[in-house]
Amino acid sequence: MGIEIRGVSKNFGDFVALQDIDLSIPSGQLTALLGPSGGGKSTLLRIIAGLESSDSGTIEIEGLDATGLPAQKRNVGFVFQHYAAFKHMTVEKNVAFGLEIRKKPKDEVRRRVAELLELVHLEQFSHRLPSQLSGGQRQRMALARALAIEPSVLLLDEPFGALDAKVRKELREWLRRLHDEVHVTTVFVTHDQEEALEVSDNLVVINEGRIEQIGTPDDLYDRPASEFVLSFLGPVTRLGNTLIRPHDIDITRYEHAATATGRITRWTRVGFEIRLEVTPDDVLHPDPVQVIVTRTEATALQLHEGAQVWLRPRAGAETVVS
Amino acid sequence: MASRLRQPRTAGTYGRRLLVVAYLFLLVIWPVALVVQKTFEGGLDNLQTALSDPVVTDALQLTVVVALWAVAINTVFGVGISLLLVRYDFPGRGVLSALIDLPLSVSPVVVGLALLLAYGGTNGTFGPALQDVGLQVAFATPGIVMATAFVSLPLVIREIVPVLHEIGTEQEQAATSLGAGPWQTFWRITLPSIKWALVYGVVLSLARALGEFGAVKIVSGNVAQQTQTATLVVEQKYQDFEQGSAYATSFLLALIAVAALVVVTILRPKDDTDGD
Amino acid sequence: MTVDSSSLAPGTARRRRARGTGAPLTRSSGIGLGIALTWFSLLVLIPLCLVVIQSVDGGWTTFRETLTNPQTAAALRLTVTQALIVTVINVVMGTLIAWVLVRDEFWGKRLLEVVIDIPFALPTIVAGLVLLSLYGPDSPLGVNVANTERSVFLALLFVTLPFVVRTVQPVLMELDRDVEEAAASLGASRFTTLRRIILPSLAPAITAGAALSFARGISEYGSLVLLSGNLPLKTEVASVRILTYIENGNEAAAASVATILLLVALAAIVLLQVVSKWVARRG
Repeated sequence: MGIEIRGVSKNFGDFVALQDIDLSIPSGQLTALLGPSGGGKSTLLRIIAGLESSDSGTIEIEGLDATGLPAQKRNVGFVFQHYAAFKHMTVEKNVAFGLEIRKKPKDEVRRRVAELLELVHLEQFSHRLPSQLSGGQRQRMALARALAIEPSVLLLDEPFGALDAKVRKELREWLRRLHDEVHVTTVFVTHDQEEALEVSDNLVVINEGRIEQIGTPDDLYDRPASEFVLSFLGPVTRLGNTLIRPHDIDITRYEHAATATGRITRWTRVGFEIRLEVTPDDVLHPDPVQVIVTRTEATALQLHEGAQVWLRPRAGAETVVS
Repeated sequence: MASRLRQPRTAGTYGRRLLVVAYLFLLVIWPVALVVQKTFEGGLDNLQTALSDPVVTDALQLTVVVALWAVAINTVFGVGISLLLVRYDFPGRGVLSALIDLPLSVSPVVVGLALLLAYGGTNGTFGPALQDVGLQVAFATPGIVMATAFVSLPLVIREIVPVLHEIGTEQEQAATSLGAGPWQTFWRITLPSIKWALVYGVVLSLARALGEFGAVKIVSGNVAQQTQTATLVVEQKYQDFEQGSAYATSFLLALIAVAALVVVTILRPKDDTDGD
Repeated sequence: MTVDSSSLAPGTARRRRARGTGAPLTRSSGIGLGIALTWFSLLVLIPLCLVVIQSVDGGWTTFRETLTNPQTAAALRLTVTQALIVTVINVVMGTLIAWVLVRDEFWGKRLLEVVIDIPFALPTIVAGLVLLSLYGPDSPLGVNVANTERSVFLALLFVTLPFVVRTVQPVLMELDRDVEEAAASLGASRFTTLRRIILPSLAPAITAGAALSFARGISEYGSLVLLSGNLPLKTEVASVRILTYIENGNEAAAASVATILLLVALAAIVLLQVVSKWVARRG
């Protein structure tokens, strides 16, 4: 159940967008398709929705073979990055659209629209036109519109991509809560690893038309299957011959069995954290190592620019040898 | 997303394409081709006959002079009024913006009548006074220029105004902040931005100006070799059963207009059909 | 007389309002405005006002007499009817042509772009000649419409071709594909999407094009001269009536017909605006 994708490939001319994708998306969960732009994740989402046809392979949605079905018949809710609001219709009409297509009785439509607008907190805007709403409100309207048809799956294509950072963060938390309430199988595409880690139950990392890794956010963060996944999910630096996250490096002012030693050559403070660059004395690995420490740690260790420090991986840190 | 441009081609796609091509072929392409064909029916004879007829050559010359004057006036006026309409705020701006399009909806015959009522030599409102200072408008070149300028007046403005809106004022403000004066800003920032719209507007105006018939017929008096323009010659030659000359003159007029259009269509950077 | 240019480009109009008004007039721009307004008044406004004044100058009698003249009445009726039919066809075909030009991709499409502009660029008298060559006495198709009502229809169809196409095309280009996909994913068929999503968005542009097309239709003269034969009560259009009156020195009667034409154009534009608003809201 959920969404079963088998052997899906897609080319645009000689550009390979997707290469033989096999993927099971579990029912009732929130799954993120994560990867760099142009990696094929949006194409996969659009193929699930029927907005794009695959060159080969099959798509099954909640047990139903949807491969040959047009978008109209798939009963999926789709939310676009740029809202795709029906500009000449009020918020209410936008949300009612799918229900009217399905020829639902008028009072049922009215009731359902009111319910949904309440769910997305737009009750008081029901008679406004999309142009009179902010970006965040428009996207909530688009979400209500997609949910109105009681879709078997909800698909979101970079839903927060066009919003500013603050609204994006709010909507992200709100989507998570909404999903906990509605429990519809949800797939969303994002290139923002923080967004994916924060919101999703499952993560699918896609790059260059292939799936790199599938798992829970913890799995992927702690046990990345490849250098690509490691570096895509967060900042990475090279310490000796391993790749490691900058906050997983233990930094001290006294000599011990360290992996590397060197001087602090750069000091950038961002809020509570301090980003350091340590240039190793090691001639074999002369590239600066990034280290992140909290302000309190830095004070306690009496770190300052130019200080000689010793670095090693912290206990339990994930590293990838390369 | 390159993929979005592609839509599945259904029978409907081909049906629509076929219908449109057939419609345009029957309404425009074939008839125009026939005129070209008829012009060259006897080789270059028709063109030679026409071009050795002083009535035709004088008319062509007058048409070119009039068209150039009208286009020059409309270009200066058009750019000026577009900038005023888009960049400045003044009472009555909305009304003026609506009125600018007026000439497009007025029959050329009405234009002729209107100019005659205003500038007619004997009973026009301003005509006699102007004649007293030695300026004859109606039944002379100034009248023909005015009639031509009237009918093609909105064309430049209609092309420029949307572009001026589109580019906004940021670039101009940036130029000003870098120390450019109003003229420098206009020549180096605004004008290059509206260049293609302006060229297109000018070409449309030119085509319209070369081809004006009704208004000119009334205000010019239609005197051969004096106030007869090329389009008036076409009518006269056709009615005098000198159809070869009529076709040749038509061909020359059409050639200039269509050639200008084709050149601009090819030169103009292609619009982004993506819609993004 | 015609629609405000903002309706031709809804996107820019909205932006303009959002950005607020422009700068106040400076000294030099004020002088520029003065010169521009003077020229515009001398060239367009005053002469047109004189037409309207002239038409009612001799009291309403000339006006009434002119309009009740059977020949003039017939000319006005023919003009308005043919312009209406042509406008309806233009709304359908123009939108279709714009659709094909924007959404379809095929060899020779750019040639069609030029073809659309030809009726606009071609001198009207030449337009008449052009049509005569295919639909006249020597028609290779065997269709001769010269000197019939059909010739008026054909000539108007030719000269008004670009208007709807050219107003709809840019709006169609800007139309967001996402919106159509959203409608599809909500279960709307192609036809429903067209009716409820695409057409309402195009309505203002179609209206503007239709208004231009109708206004041009009722005022056409040049292309009819050689084609229609100007037969009184049969193929004579309003513009020809005006010309006849002018040639007979009856400027008051000419002005009366001219004023009627201006009023009809105005009425059509207002009516079309109302229709457009209605279509846009009904979505």
